[in-house]
Amino acid sequence: MERKEWPLWEVFVRSRNGLDHKHCGSVHAPDAKLALQVARDVYTRRQEGVSIWVVEASNIVASDPDAKPELFDPAEDKIYRHPTFYQLPDEVNHM
Amino acid sequence: MYTQALDIPQQSADKGPKAVENPAYQAEFDAKIDAGGYIEAKDWMPEAYRKTLVRQISQHAHSEIVGMLPEGNWITRAPTLKRKAILLAKVQDEGGHGLYLYAAAETLGVSRDELLDALHTGKAKYSSIFNYPTLTWADIGVVGWLVDGAAIMNQIPLCKCSYGPYARAMVRICKEESFHQRQGYDLLLTMMKGTPEQREMVQDAVNRWWWPSIMMFGPHDKDSVHSGQSARWGIKRISNDDLRQKFVDATVEQAKVLGVTMPDPELKWNEERGHYDFGAIDWDEFWNVVNGHGQGNVDRLAARVKAWEDGAWVREAALEHERKRAAREHQAA
Repeated sequence: MERKEWPLWEVFVRSRNGLDHKHCGSVHAPDAKLALQVARDVYTRRQEGVSIWVVEASNIVASDPDAKPELFDPAEDKIYRHPTFYQLPDEVNHM
Repeated sequence: MYTQALDIPQQSADKGPKAVENPAYQAEFDAKIDAGGYIEAKDWMPEAYRKTLVRQISQHAHSEIVGMLPEGNWITRAPTLKRKAILLAKVQDEGGHGLYLYAAAETLGVSRDELLDALHTGKAKYSSIFNYPTLTWADIGVVGWLVDGAAIMNQIPLCKCSYGPYARAMVRICKEESFHQRQGYDLLLTMMKGTPEQREMVQDAVNRWWWPSIMMFGPHDKDSVHSGQSARWGIKRISNDDLRQKFVDATVEQAKVLGVTMPDPELKWNEERGHYDFGAIDWDEFWNVVNGHGQGNVDRLAARVKAWEDGAWVREAALEHERKRAAREHQAA
């Protein structure tokens, strides 16, 4: 089959001001302008957003799921990075 | 969702996505499923799990898309502007649901074109319910109440399905389906307050849609080929018969409020079981429609293929327009 598919875009929506854009899905579109239009029709039919980002999927670089241990496990034994690690006297423990 | 096209750098024999079957990967996968965890797009998964999901998610997507046809049929004939706006919004939702689901299926390494091709050539199935005709305006109400009602029962457990992209698509879909069911029931309530002819129309539509609706839950558990394995994989959380019973119990009460009866003389409350008993399902009819001999199979597919082919020039022109724009930009740089 000849490949005439429109490219894939990832869609990120800010649900309201003060919040981050959050990934919510993907759409196929021939260009950026139409990707925004399609994303608006597909993902914000009920006022789910006030701003949309679209990124062509081939431009996203992702971490390898098989590299999860070496990337993320080292943080596991660094409990001193969390405030709860430090037990302070009761009088000042709300610090 | 979560594209199949993400670029993962530094792929080598021991670092890239694991493609091969391997007992160690399998054990890791099983443990994740047993712990109620999610499998994400690039995680290792058994080939049979991937294939099952592609089949199920794409059938589901096709059903949403084909499901636009029986209702679209009534948009121009809606009795009021309000009902027309509601129906338009509902049909647009069905299109949206199809798109969320195609995107979820694509994360498993199939292209949108392959999925659509399977639908258009008849290789892939869609829900048989959409092969029944919508004869009167009351059908639009009954489709919302019963057909979408049955769909919701089926879909709620899928929000916790083990495959992340599918589960997330289902969460979004379920939120929107509730509107579909309620607007259908509201439409019927309005008709029941109308003339005797309108009330008859509602009862007639219920008579025609009741059995097909409860067939939507699929074959009995003992005859369901995929159920056991799908339950093991966390794709299917509740059995066909349990869901069907839940639907019957909920719906019979709603029918009383509406003032209609179900076309089943054996339907009655069973005190001992705490459920409604109901008559035997005509599975010959079910398989007849699944296998392409329903009233609408040929027309539905023909309408779908025609829409796709008639739109081909638009898709091609849009791509060509972007190609030329990019070339101009490249030249100017």
